[in-house]
Amino acid sequence: MLTLSGVDKRYPTGDRALTNIDLTLPKGQVMALIGPSGAGKSTLIRCVNRLVEPTQGSIRLEDTELTKLSGHRLRHTRRSMGMIFQEYALVDRLTVMENVLSGQLGYVGFWRSFLRRYPQEAVVEAFRLLERVGLTHALDKRADALSGGQRQRVGIARALLQSPKLLLVDEPTASLDPKTSRQIMRLIRELCAERELGAIINIHDVALAQQFADRIVGLRTGEIVFDGPPSELTNEILTTIYGEEDWDTTPEPADGADADTETEADETHRRQPRAAREQRPLASVAGGGAR
Amino acid sequence: MPVSTTPQGLPIWRRRTTRTQWLQYLAWLAGVSLFLLCWKMISDNTMWVFVEDAGRQGADLISRMTPPEWGYASQLWKPMWDTINIATLGTALGIMMAFPVAFLAARNTTPHPLIRSAALVIIVSSRSINSLIWAMLLVTILGPGVLAGIIAIALRSIGFVGKLLYEAIEEIHPTPVEAISATGASHMQVMSYGVLPQVMPAFAGISVYRWDINIRESTVLGLVGAGGIGLQLNASINTLAWDQVSVIFIMIFATVLVSEWVSAKVRHAII
Amino acid sequence: MSEQIDALPARQQAAQRGQWRRLPLIDSQRMRWGLAIGAVVYLVLALASVEVDWQRVAEGAGRALNFLGAFMRPDFVSRYDDIVTGLLESLTMTLTSTVLGVLLAIPVGLGAARNISPLPMYFICRAIIAVSRTFQEVIIAILFVVMFGFGPFAGMITLAFATIGFMAKLLAEDVEDLDWRQVEAVRATGASWWQTMNHAIQPQVMPRLIGLSMYRLDINFRESSVIGIVGAGGIGATLNTSLSRYEYDTSAAILLIIIAIVLLCEYSSSHVRRWTQ
Repeated sequence: MLTLSGVDKRYPTGDRALTNIDLTLPKGQVMALIGPSGAGKSTLIRCVNRLVEPTQGSIRLEDTELTKLSGHRLRHTRRSMGMIFQEYALVDRLTVMENVLSGQLGYVGFWRSFLRRYPQEAVVEAFRLLERVGLTHALDKRADALSGGQRQRVGIARALLQSPKLLLVDEPTASLDPKTSRQIMRLIRELCAERELGAIINIHDVALAQQFADRIVGLRTGEIVFDGPPSELTNEILTTIYGEEDWDTTPEPADGADADTETEADETHRRQPRAAREQRPLASVAGGGAR
Repeated sequence: MPVSTTPQGLPIWRRRTTRTQWLQYLAWLAGVSLFLLCWKMISDNTMWVFVEDAGRQGADLISRMTPPEWGYASQLWKPMWDTINIATLGTALGIMMAFPVAFLAARNTTPHPLIRSAALVIIVSSRSINSLIWAMLLVTILGPGVLAGIIAIALRSIGFVGKLLYEAIEEIHPTPVEAISATGASHMQVMSYGVLPQVMPAFAGISVYRWDINIRESTVLGLVGAGGIGLQLNASINTLAWDQVSVIFIMIFATVLVSEWVSAKVRHAII
Repeated sequence: MSEQIDALPARQQAAQRGQWRRLPLIDSQRMRWGLAIGAVVYLVLALASVEVDWQRVAEGAGRALNFLGAFMRPDFVSRYDDIVTGLLESLTMTLTSTVLGVLLAIPVGLGAARNISPLPMYFICRAIIAVSRTFQEVIIAILFVVMFGFGPFAGMITLAFATIGFMAKLLAEDVEDLDWRQVEAVRATGASWWQTMNHAIQPQVMPRLIGLSMYRLDINFRESSVIGIVGAGGIGATLNTSLSRYEYDTSAAILLIIIAIVLLCEYSSSHVRRWTQ
């Protein structure tokens, strides 16, 4: 359904974010994109909906060549790609319903959206989605009054209201606690199955990726170094993706909470969580530069 | 924080290195001499006899101002109404013009860098020129009256509101904007959903704040003929009717205090 | 309260049927209409009380064009001497008044901070601030010109007085928002009152104080360009004369100079602020 061929991205600063990416995503497949910070995961999914302009190559969604689109046609195509963000990216001062309905913006005209006169079907669908993610009671709450997990659910509902063919998911769990992370991943997984959506999920947490994805793609310095089912992801492969590390002693690299229980004798135990924590701000800096 | 060692081998800590210390002395010296130079120029242009006389003059002034001629207050309601209108309508007009200018001037919403510079020029010239100067100018163009005052206040407000608003726009979170663009929204929709809700509280706060300042400014516009209570003030001063002047002062004081209170309340309610 | 609990499911039900409207900004409908009608009535009354002499406006339109044209060819030369003296006066007034004003504002500001000053002191300082902030600079200038005679001295006193109100209010707010733990930490070492000021309060308020002083310098320059109208020295008098003589090319020159200086001020103050932080 989605085909990337020979995609390159070079930033004006000269940094090469992506090199010659070839990737095909069949309908209904959930693909996890893993790799260290700065490997180009965010850039890759932003190239797909053209929040970042690819320098070279072709990206096709079904029969549409995305890289050549502009203006009205680009917006039209963006509707069919729902995006879910790391920091939820809700508009804080709008209510939950307004945030969900903003998924319809590509379908309605400016004045209709400005006056919040959405078509009845859109509202019905928005309500159904809120029901699906379990947030109908929060309909009129402001987005900033919600907890992290609830916000992410609103973000998911917004993306789905676009009636997308494809979900682009950027670090959905990076700001959430482990339990909520799993709930959110499961929800995304289920929704993809219900609606036969393809999804590209950027994720730091290898364990989560292995558990919830059909397929894993490993990215390192802008190049694909692994592409296969979760079962084939071995320690050697993780080493090629992330670099040298004792993988067996670090069960949950994205969660720094267990670092407190470690004894000082176990050096490797402590190293990984710290590295994961340090990577996060770096990732947001790189993301900021990308915009 | 440099630590050096004495000949005896004891470490001593100083807050600054010798070089920065000297540079700082030098900067202070330059600053103080500049101040003294300026002071000298002012004192050369001053008739010190008058200044020595100031205490007596002040006492004289106060004795003439008291007691205030309260009867005069009844003639001040209309000018006060005009003053408030000048401020309110002027602010309204000003923020209407400032709103698009701010969006054109903010780095993240401007359509083109050239348009941005043009918007910045508008903001800077409006900010640099005091509303009283705008009023002088407009009185020669439009003739004396409230209209000149309203436009003067509006022109001055563009720069103030425009500057603070465009800074607020530049400080918004970029991710919601990105998310709204990702839904396939048009440029205008991105503005109204991604940017506007984020700057609305700032915008309302800035506008009310400016209204409060404008009440104060509009009290003097009459001095150059642009309507409001300043006209009465000018007349009373010219006829040396200081007991009327004190009534006007009390009126102004009360109005400004009330407007400041309202503005603070509204801003609190918004934030 | 119970109304709200009932209202929420109603909105949910409506949304389920596809009917949804934005939450109104103000809850009570009566209040909404009242405010809207009030605003319209005010607007009508206010606009009705604006008297416009359209004939005079039409006459003035030509002058407006002249004035705009003057910006294309500003005349710096014919009143060169007046401009230079006025400008020098304005600049010297600005600098001295800011320095004096800030120095005087520090004790007033500390006195007006509720958390470090005794109550009588607090009221006196707050009163000074209120008076200084309420009256527009030009009004204060009128009084000081009467007292001190025409010239830049009256202007300087005016601006210094206005500076006190502005700076002291903001300084007082800053001191009231202090991080009190730092003050206690310094006090706990056995520091005297002065030492506490120097080590706990000064470092916390200093950067903002410098920033605000630079900002006030900028405001004072802009104000110094108008208080000349009432005889308090500075470029305002020159500008006023040129405007009333319809010498728009000279006025344009003066305005351009003012804009340039304000820009310069702003540019350098952002540098100073960066340097001090």
